[in-house]
Amino acid sequence: MMADHNNHAEHGEAHFREKHLMLDPLPRGQMNEMVMESMYHTTWKFWVVFGLLAAITAYALFYSWGVMIAEGLGVAGVNRPSYWGIFLVNTVFWIGISHAGTFISAILRVFKAEFRRPFTRAAELMTTFGLVQAGFSIFMHMGRVWLSYWLMPYPNQRMLWPNFHSPLSWDLLAITTYLLSSTMYLFLPLIPDLAMARDRSTGWRKTFYKTLALGFRGTEGEWAHLRNAMNIFAFAIIPVMFSVHTIVSWDFAVATRPGWSSTIFGPYFVIGALHSGMGAVVAVLAIIRGTMKHMKYFIRAEHFDAIGKLMLIISMGWAYFFFNDYMIQWYGGDKWTDHLLHFHEYGPLGWMWFAMLICNVAVPWLILWNARWRANPLLISIVGIIINVGMWFERYIIVPISLSINRMPFTWRMYEPGIEIPLGIGTVTFFILLYMAASKLIPLIPVWEVQEGQMAHELKKFGRETVVTVSELE
Amino acid sequence: MATLNELNIAEVKLSAEESGKWGMVIDQDICTGCQACVAACAMENNLSFVGEVDAGYGRSMHWIRIERFWEGEYPEVRMTNNQPMMCQQCGSAPCEPVCPAFATVHSMAEKINLQVYNRCVGTRYCANNCPYQVRSFNWRDYERPEPLPNQLNPDVTVRRRGIMEKCTFCIQRIHRAQDQAKAEGREVHDGEFTTACAQSCPANAITFGRMDDPQSLVSQLAKRRGGMHHLEELGTLPNVTYFNGG
Repeated sequence: MMADHNNHAEHGEAHFREKHLMLDPLPRGQMNEMVMESMYHTTWKFWVVFGLLAAITAYALFYSWGVMIAEGLGVAGVNRPSYWGIFLVNTVFWIGISHAGTFISAILRVFKAEFRRPFTRAAELMTTFGLVQAGFSIFMHMGRVWLSYWLMPYPNQRMLWPNFHSPLSWDLLAITTYLLSSTMYLFLPLIPDLAMARDRSTGWRKTFYKTLALGFRGTEGEWAHLRNAMNIFAFAIIPVMFSVHTIVSWDFAVATRPGWSSTIFGPYFVIGALHSGMGAVVAVLAIIRGTMKHMKYFIRAEHFDAIGKLMLIISMGWAYFFFNDYMIQWYGGDKWTDHLLHFHEYGPLGWMWFAMLICNVAVPWLILWNARWRANPLLISIVGIIINVGMWFERYIIVPISLSINRMPFTWRMYEPGIEIPLGIGTVTFFILLYMAASKLIPLIPVWEVQEGQMAHELKKFGRETVVTVSELE
Repeated sequence: MATLNELNIAEVKLSAEESGKWGMVIDQDICTGCQACVAACAMENNLSFVGEVDAGYGRSMHWIRIERFWEGEYPEVRMTNNQPMMCQQCGSAPCEPVCPAFATVHSMAEKINLQVYNRCVGTRYCANNCPYQVRSFNWRDYERPEPLPNQLNPDVTVRRRGIMEKCTFCIQRIHRAQDQAKAEGREVHDGEFTTACAQSCPANAITFGRMDDPQSLVSQLAKRRGGMHHLEELGTLPNVTYFNGG
């Protein structure tokens, strides 16, 4: 203890500055230039990866979907009794991914968690782009997608309305609300950064940023309006986020299928969404840090450490809700549910059930308790990806595997995916593609938020003790 | 069903009122499993021929199927009675509330479940939520080689890819009989018409008719002891009564 204290005193402020972004300020102009350069700077590797992903997306997503629209859903593997297959698995998966953005950005903003500052934008982008993929997945799954507008309550001559009893109608409303509000919430904190980029660019980029910055000059009044709007959105979007995945879970929970009609599905799905979302955020941050210029300054070990703690807690929460859900279904004593629970564990895809538990519980619990391992970007991003694999398995178990068994044993049949596989890969590549394009078009670091945080933080000496102080800015 | 009716629950009473105009009785003890009903249903209702590949994958289209089960462990295996299974025309159907487009609805006139083909967008939620698994989805546009198009029933829509379909209790026959009776200024007689499956059954295992008429053959048969409804515990109020081991 004493030695540690002496150590602190020796290194003094340098120790803190090296560790914490908020205590390591750079001149504003220099920081702005760094963010601009990270956007401008592209290597040939970027374009090779971009081109490759674009080709895969064009073939796996758009061409395959075209084939499926022309031929019918017969090219997919969905079949009685698994009428919903990987399409719905991917829909739930992508909506889950999208939850991390709001969680990090809105909840951590509301609770004033300072470590959030450099990566809120990276997380918010995941929300919007994840929801785009969820939208693709849900439209792919429709038999007659060209008539999907019938689910909208639009005025028509026959006075036909969508059925508001149907969970799918709730879904449509919830997901649309979430997509619109999260996009606006992504845009609001972006305005000052766009204005910063506008003042430092030329050519088409100048026009682009000028249009998007909406004439933001940084006056007192503009900042006050922006802060008000952001505060309203930050608070309002949190219940929207929780409601979206709860409503998605109701697609399953209100149905009469064994294994689906579980009253705990709402919170279970929300925590599952956060679980996969945090894993995805950490993986994305590690990739950004490793590939983009100047990012090692903005995204540091402390951030991975902080997200790692959140991941560990969320993993524990997920384990609790999984256990709770299992317990309720088992204790319910329904014959078919009992069949299903055995089928999950000992059926042909039983390995997936065990893999899910290893990926979602064992791996995070074994690795994330250690502060040094948590702070290792490579290791924690691998944990994040493993969690995502586990969460994808969880959804696969809930949708097609649970559907394989029902109350009519004559119709039992395993699900064999067909064109769903390229389509699913296509949504992944399209997500990465959108993200790569965005990283070159908009400032990925909310530089004004970082600068604001750095102004608020200060190292003060009280006797021999160095203390981090934070002043209230808002 | 009677027991559910006696329960003094408003919702149950309400949904019981929604059921019981047309009904069916199936006697599994005399069903031979000959599949004549399956073939007749396909002819009557313009069901698609899905071809070898899709049929091999389990996508063959049937509105009625004969389920066969066995009891016991090998070698003491005993076949159980054949079980024809089709849409049970539930009075309180789980498929109806989940359709976002109102493509599957309850008919006020016939008190059966309808599938509105041209309103269906193919979310397949109804099929997931059907505890009897009797809905068929058009996975593709299936071709009918010549001369099969000549036997299409002009009273029944030909369905295209991407929509759900299911047994309608041969609603086109119901309507034709009702129109005929109306033209002659009378009620529909019991046994004047029947569904394709009941008509083709050589063993007379399937009986169809008015359930709300206590004198009709089908309601007389349904009142016998030992009748049962499939998955009645779910509160679906099915309109098909089964007799097995009587």
